[in-house]
Amino acid sequence: MSLVVALCAGALFAAGTYLLLQRLLTRIVIGLGLIAHGANLLLLGSGGRPGAAPIIAEGTAAYSDPLPQALVLTAIVITFGVTALLLALAWRSWALTRSDAVEDDLEDRRIARLGRGEK
Amino acid sequence: MTIIATLPVVVPLGGAALCLLARRRLRLQRLVSLAAAAASLVVALVLVVVVDRDGPVAVALGGWPPPLGIALVADRLAALVLAVAATVLFGVLGYAVGQRRGDTAVPHFHAVYQVLAAGVSLALLTGDLFTLFVAFEVMLIASYVLITSRAGSAQVRATLTYVVVGLTASALFLVAVALIYAAAGTVNLADLAGRMREVPDATRRGLGWLLFMVFGIKAAIFPLFFWLPDSYPTAPTPVTAIFAGLFTKVGVYAMIRTQVLLFPGDGPSTVMLVVAGITMVVGVLGAIAQSDIRRILSFHIVSQIGYMVMGLGFFTAAGIAAAVVFLVHQIVVKTVLFLVGGLVEEVSGTGALGKVSGVLHRYPVMALLYLPAALSLAGLPPFSGFVGKLALVQAGFAAGQGPVVAVSLAASVLTLFSMAKIWAGAFWGAPCPGPARRPAVTTLGATAALVVVSLVIAVAAQPLVNLASRAAADLLAVDAYRLTVLGG
Repeated sequence: MSLVVALCAGALFAAGTYLLLQRLLTRIVIGLGLIAHGANLLLLGSGGRPGAAPIIAEGTAAYSDPLPQALVLTAIVITFGVTALLLALAWRSWALTRSDAVEDDLEDRRIARLGRGEK
Repeated sequence: MTIIATLPVVVPLGGAALCLLARRRLRLQRLVSLAAAAASLVVALVLVVVVDRDGPVAVALGGWPPPLGIALVADRLAALVLAVAATVLFGVLGYAVGQRRGDTAVPHFHAVYQVLAAGVSLALLTGDLFTLFVAFEVMLIASYVLITSRAGSAQVRATLTYVVVGLTASALFLVAVALIYAAAGTVNLADLAGRMREVPDATRRGLGWLLFMVFGIKAAIFPLFFWLPDSYPTAPTPVTAIFAGLFTKVGVYAMIRTQVLLFPGDGPSTVMLVVAGITMVVGVLGAIAQSDIRRILSFHIVSQIGYMVMGLGFFTAAGIAAAVVFLVHQIVVKTVLFLVGGLVEEVSGTGALGKVSGVLHRYPVMALLYLPAALSLAGLPPFSGFVGKLALVQAGFAAGQGPVVAVSLAASVLTLFSMAKIWAGAFWGAPCPGPARRPAVTTLGATAALVVVSLVIAVAAQPLVNLASRAAADLLAVDAYRLTVLGG
């Protein structure tokens, strides 16, 4: 795997993870997108060294591996669909709560209440 | 005859297409959906008989020979789990059709439900790692639609957790696929099983644990379970029931399949057993701390997953067979418990244990449905949970893993306590004031049918254990599997 591809994938994962851990929903969506891109890039890189298009022709010795490219296409389509769904969900959340921030969950709120000495 | 291995995927997908065509006609959709689910069930049962008699069936999709093309492989394990999954899918569909606002609460419920069924079948049958990823995505996307549509402000937060965790797990799965491809140069499971032996040991272990973690998120093992008890209880009853019954178990199935095939260990895996023990205890303690029926049951999902991981962790034929028996029992019993919990909520308007009481006096039938399932979950004889736990305990002692077996038995006692808490809180006591709301007969009938299935598992314990043992032997015979898929 090329060092550039590996480093790019690593940078995408790092940025994506940072954004995923934020409180704002829009950042989480972008973070997930970056992580998915990182995974796709890694998949593309897993095919080994690049070569000529994988069509058998005279005088070509090294072909690119077509399988990871086919896999990446499938993965990109899936990512696209799911990201669209997530955006719709983020919009719904904003429409319902008028806030982009992710609230504490049920248990967190319960523990916080108990911590303040309320019942 | 090999075409039969594709039918469990094709039939529900066809049903989904027809449901979309008939999108304005609810009764026609119900008819198509029920017919598709019934046909899938029949196909799955035939598949069990055929595969058990003649050995595994492998199909090369599109005529492309594996490892280049995608293979569907139905062996005993896949066929057995498929049959149970189809049973539960059919039963829950009956419940959803019968329930008031059961299948109308979610737009296009039937189409999405059939897609979900196809995803589950594909995940069980596929012989290809990338197709497994796609199958999980099909399943998850259908589940995202079911859990998020019509989510109010109370649910949106919880469903967001579910979707975000699902997406992160999918990205990690893709990373695992990429790294495995980079290391071994194939994604066909049978081919991988051979090539993985040549991969350096450290790389192999790293990939094995990465894949274990991916399926661990999906199966909700400790410490990756936190998303489950938050998100599952918020969906409508049939949706929660099918998630609880099937999803985590498909994760465990994928874990068993990949670990045994690609990363066979030499003897019990201490890490897996420790994780299994902690999962059991943390899950059951979480359940005890809760006071809402659905949340209690959701924590029990986590706890019970620990038992299956324990069976896998022994890494013996007996251990895997016991895990399979337990998996089969769990799929049915967990679904039943959520369906009964939904019935209780429907007649009393809430699932909070402080507010519900006296269901036994007003609706004795529900108590009758709850009791065998609850006792089965705790593992009391003569119910189906006892069969699974007995097999696990025997396998554990045979593998010389006394401590984790002791932990599992302690967790069982706590499970019984927690089931008794629901019983005492919801079923005993003075009936709630207010008019009696009758649950639809169809919903009761569907739940009762699944209770009967769980009793059949208990009665037919010996044949089931024998079948599971043969399935585990098949699974461990990696070279025979490779021969079936790749040919001679």
